[in-house]
Amino acid sequence: MTTKPTPRVRVPAKAAAGEMIEIKTLISHEMESGQRKDAKGETIPRKIINKFTASFNGKPVFAADWHPAISANPYQSFFFKATESGEFTFTWKDDDGSEYSAKNKLTVA
Amino acid sequence: MRKSPKAPSRRDAVRMAALAFAACAIAPRLAFADEKTVAAELKKLYGGKPMAEGKIRLDVPEIAENGLVVPVNVEIESPMTEADYVKAVHVFAEGNPQPGVVSYQFTPACGKASAATRMRLAQTQDVICVAEMSNGALHMAKANVKVTIGGCGG
Repeated sequence: MTTKPTPRVRVPAKAAAGEMIEIKTLISHEMESGQRKDAKGETIPRKIINKFTASFNGKPVFAADWHPAISANPYQSFFFKATESGEFTFTWKDDDGSEYSAKNKLTVA
Repeated sequence: MRKSPKAPSRRDAVRMAALAFAACAIAPRLAFADEKTVAAELKKLYGGKPMAEGKIRLDVPEIAENGLVVPVNVEIESPMTEADYVKAVHVFAEGNPQPGVVSYQFTPACGKASAATRMRLAQTQDVICVAEMSNGALHMAKANVKVTIGGCGG
C-alpha cells in the first residue's frame, strides 16, 4: 500500500458567531507501527504520521501527537468555537519527513 | 564436495538456534509495556505530581471486538477561557508494546476540550487518560477495555 495519503476534512461552511463546531478529519495512511514482521520474520520499519496540527487564520488551534497505537487511516475530531470568518489549515507530518495539508474556509454570519 | 569457508558449520547452526531460542524466551517479557512504563512516562512528563480524579470523561467501548480499531473519545470539563483551559491531554494503553497512544494540545480557541480518534489495542487492558490544566493541576481517568482480537499483528 503505497498510495499517496489523501486527507479528508469535514468543516461546516457556515456558522453563527459563538457557535461550537465539530471538525472531523481523516487521512489515508497505513500507520505501520514498527511492531509487525514480514513473511521472512524481519521487522517492518515504523512509518506513521506522528503529528497533526490545525490552525485558523495562522493561529494554532489544536494539535495531536500520534504514537504507533493510532489505527490505520487515522481519524481525528475536535471542536472549535467560531468567532470570525477565516480559513483552517490542517497539516499531517509523516515519519519520512513529508507533509500533507488541507485548507477549509469557514464563514461566520 | 568442497565446503566454502563462508557456509555456516553445524556448530554455528546449533549456536544460532540456541540464541534464537533464548531471544524468544526473553522477548515476550520485553514486548509489552506494563503499568510501570506508563508510570515512568508520567514521571517523565510531570514528575511525581499527584493527580486528582474527576473532570475527565473517557469514552471507550467496554468490549472491543477488533483491537485494530478502537474508538477513544475524551472530554474534559473546563470553561476553556484564556484564564482557565485544558492545556494537554495524554492517552496511554498500558498493555501495548509501547504505552503512548496520543497527546493532544488544546487552546482556548477550541471552546471545548474534546477530541476523538481510533487506536490499536494489543490485548485486554486499562486505558489511562491524563489531563493537564492551564494552572498546572492534573487529572486522571482509567477505563478497562476487553479486546477479543489483538491489534498488533498477533
